[in-house]
Amino acid sequence: MKKFINTAERAAQDSLAGFAMAHPHQVTVHNLTEGPTFITRNDVPVAGKVAVVSGGGTGHDPLHNGFVGPGMLDAAVPGPTFTSPTPDQIFEAIRAVDSGCGVLLIVKNYTGDVLNFEVAAELAEMEGITTSTVLVADDVAVENSTHTVGRRGVAGTLLVEKIAGAAAERGDDLAAVTAIAQRVSDNIRSMGVALEGSIVAAIGKPGIELDHDEAEIGIGIHGEPGRRRVPMTTAAEITAMLVEPVLEDMPLSSDDDVFLLVNGMGATPLGELYIVFGEAKPLIEATGATVKRSLVGSYVTSLNMQGVSVTTLKLDNEMINLWDAPVHTPALTW
Amino acid sequence: MPLTSLDATWARKWASLSADAMIAAKDELTELDRQIGDGDHGINMERGFTVLGQKVQADADPGETVGAVLKLVAATLMSTVGGAAGPLYGTAFLRASRVSDLSVLHTADLVTALQAAVEGIQVRGHAKPGEKTMVDAWDAAVSAAVAVVEDNPEATVVDVLTVAADAADAGAEATVPLVATKGRASYLGERSAGHMDPGARSSAIILRMALEAAQS
Repeated sequence: MKKFINTAERAAQDSLAGFAMAHPHQVTVHNLTEGPTFITRNDVPVAGKVAVVSGGGTGHDPLHNGFVGPGMLDAAVPGPTFTSPTPDQIFEAIRAVDSGCGVLLIVKNYTGDVLNFEVAAELAEMEGITTSTVLVADDVAVENSTHTVGRRGVAGTLLVEKIAGAAAERGDDLAAVTAIAQRVSDNIRSMGVALEGSIVAAIGKPGIELDHDEAEIGIGIHGEPGRRRVPMTTAAEITAMLVEPVLEDMPLSSDDDVFLLVNGMGATPLGELYIVFGEAKPLIEATGATVKRSLVGSYVTSLNMQGVSVTTLKLDNEMINLWDAPVHTPALTW
Repeated sequence: MPLTSLDATWARKWASLSADAMIAAKDELTELDRQIGDGDHGINMERGFTVLGQKVQADADPGETVGAVLKLVAATLMSTVGGAAGPLYGTAFLRASRVSDLSVLHTADLVTALQAAVEGIQVRGHAKPGEKTMVDAWDAAVSAAVAVVEDNPEATVVDVLTVAADAADAGAEATVPLVATKGRASYLGERSAGHMDPGARSSAIILRMALEAAQS
């Protein structure tokens, strides 16, 4: 294992320290070394505005910390690598950002995240802070059935955070911000592939081991095994293996406007992501739908995983307006 | 002379022995979790129980209740373990602390506390026995505890902890062939069979240390 770290134990904290130093005009890191750690935009609580909070394990940068700022998240709560943050951290973040208008919690659907945010929401209610929660569960690689905990939250989380953050920024109340966040969550679908697994520094070996000529279709952002392992092939064929299950799960037709996100998992060159985008867009538009907005880059990563995911969001006009609204965060700005 | 009741000193010793055992089991738990989860259970438990071990080193305050110690354990685990295990263990100890705000626990109090713990885990985790989770170890332990008291009204706290520890081991072992329907292992579906659930294993360790704390 080769990584730019000092020690495995300190990797997450050292990274956060650097993040704080790099973006002092946008974000504040609270309790970096001691006590409940969380990140807020510098001007919280913002009077008269619903606050939007998300969080989860470290290792998916820039999700969530890089999306803190006007037009997106009021706070992000980082856990240890690939591990949910604790209820006291989440609760302190909620308390720091609440202006009295309530707080929307955007939670990726993993048992640990769901339970820790649930306890934090109970602590907040006891303090008289109103919260609502929207789960993101966009990974079509996981069969959705009543016998499982449901789908994982992956790259689509970024779209929920941006659009909900914009709704809060324009002054929507908690019920309205929650409703649009839920509508986005309900209309996103994602599917990922890895050519190489990610290595957690404290473990030192990949969660999933792939031979040089294999690809894992349906990989999770923590290296969870996917649906199947296939022989390595062209970008066109791999992209088709991602787009097909996404379209199968949420069919598109000629009336539909679509957001297309091609997301790198951490160690995939941007140039290759554009190759995948170039293959994905025609496949999606072959349904008759129109790709109205798009984003290409590494936004929801898995440490050093070499992989890519394709996400679609069925858009309505309100979502398009909210996506286009100004945003000023370390990782997304316009 | 076997113990007939458990006090705050026992509770602190239980936490302290659990901390030592959990730190020693880090690699085993990590390996179990790598098979069917995301490989962080050993790291998370070591992190939380290391802090717990430091917090309970002090001697019991005079007049300290068992519940007060269990509440300290709950708060510590809730704020340090992370993952799903943090809130689950935190809730278990919190529920147990509420029914054991006594200077000593007798047999019936102990059984009540164990029942409260497993109820807490089930409510928080929305899980029931047979889903390949820590519930399988706890449920087996509590069922055995209830049964031994029903069979023998004279059963001591050590008797209860003995059957509970043994049943928890068996409960964890029994998760091996199960297919997970809760937690991260559920993503594997049928492929989760053949591996012990790491949460059930760490639960069995905690329940074994409850017995050792009463014996030492």
